[in-house]
Amino acid sequence: MKNSRRSFLKIAGISAIGFSMTPVVNVFASSGQEGNKPEPSYSVNKKALKAKRWGLVIDTRKLSEEIVEELGKTCSKIHNIPEIKNKDHEIKWIWGEEFKHAFPGKENEFLDERMKHLSMPVLCNHCKDAPCVRVCPTKATFKRPDGIVLMDFHRCIGCRFCMAACPYGSRSFNFIDPRTVLPKDRKEWNLEFPTRMKGVVEKCNFCAERLAVGKTPACVEASHGALAFGDLEDPKSEVRKLLKSNYTIRRKPSLGTGPSVYYIV
Amino acid sequence: MNDKLKVIAGLIVFFAIFSYPFWNNIFNKENPEHKPVLSAEAEKAKECVRSKDYMTKEHMQLLDIWRDKVVRSGERVYKYGNGKEYNMSLSNTCLGCHTSKAEFCDRCHDYASVKPYCWDCHIDPKENK
Repeated sequence: MKNSRRSFLKIAGISAIGFSMTPVVNVFASSGQEGNKPEPSYSVNKKALKAKRWGLVIDTRKLSEEIVEELGKTCSKIHNIPEIKNKDHEIKWIWGEEFKHAFPGKENEFLDERMKHLSMPVLCNHCKDAPCVRVCPTKATFKRPDGIVLMDFHRCIGCRFCMAACPYGSRSFNFIDPRTVLPKDRKEWNLEFPTRMKGVVEKCNFCAERLAVGKTPACVEASHGALAFGDLEDPKSEVRKLLKSNYTIRRKPSLGTGPSVYYIV
Repeated sequence: MNDKLKVIAGLIVFFAIFSYPFWNNIFNKENPEHKPVLSAEAEKAKECVRSKDYMTKEHMQLLDIWRDKVVRSGERVYKYGNGKEYNMSLSNTCLGCHTSKAEFCDRCHDYASVKPYCWDCHIDPKENK
């Protein structure tokens, strides 16, 4: 087909007008459909507890063997943490540890009797500069604006870098499907909280799911007043008052991770 | 070429068997086996968080957004259109109304051979193995 320059220019011109119409056509096409309906809104529960940086103060003077055990039991119950006899497969969120293991480098040759035998509750320290967050290749472990170091189990690929990075041993790996070791009867589970699956790492979440509905962490409730939870950045908070009036220590502060869990000794 | 008849007959049989799934789908349009069954609670509620059409087609995207919002930004309240607020929770909100996972989720997922791994962690409150 032979084309003159004139007819080519005509077609080109009409095409240009045609293309410039697309945005207009799109507007007409989308009106009346889902397009002009409002976007869904997502918001934080109004009852949710808020803070700049959550912290925990543990008053070891008020602790006893039984209370520490109760802390662990309460936590396991509401987070569906299985009890596994095999030490290699254990899942631990909060548990009791001897002073010399909880605070290596702080144990003196002659330690007072109370400290020597006391079971120290230890848990994730929700560090200010958390090494687990830095090493996670998928950002499954991340730092919330309120200071909580949280895990997104959907993203965890089970590489266990975080376990190598955490200097407190606060993280556990699911070597076996936790559902096979949880109680047979599901009435003993907390049906409102998920379990984990085989192949993901887990740890204390500072009860993020409870804070979201305005409750304090379960261990704080079960502690008979030995644990205080609050905002470390708020000078008027209960934890700051306790820190002001008592001498406290933290686990391995020289590593520079900035733990948010304080111990009154 | 004396086998013409046999070859043609064979071809017809072959194509009949080969195309059986298509015929079956065309003539058995109303195949109720894979349709989700609404629970009494869901029937009573009448409405879901979004329109039925949207939920049928896009529930996986909705749930994907929900999980990111809840876990990563801590936003747990969902509001759309009718102004009602919903707690974004698969086990508690979705299954709170669609009480039977087997009747609602599994029927269609099994039929379409979709195997979502939601239930590896999230609990179906009714299931008790």
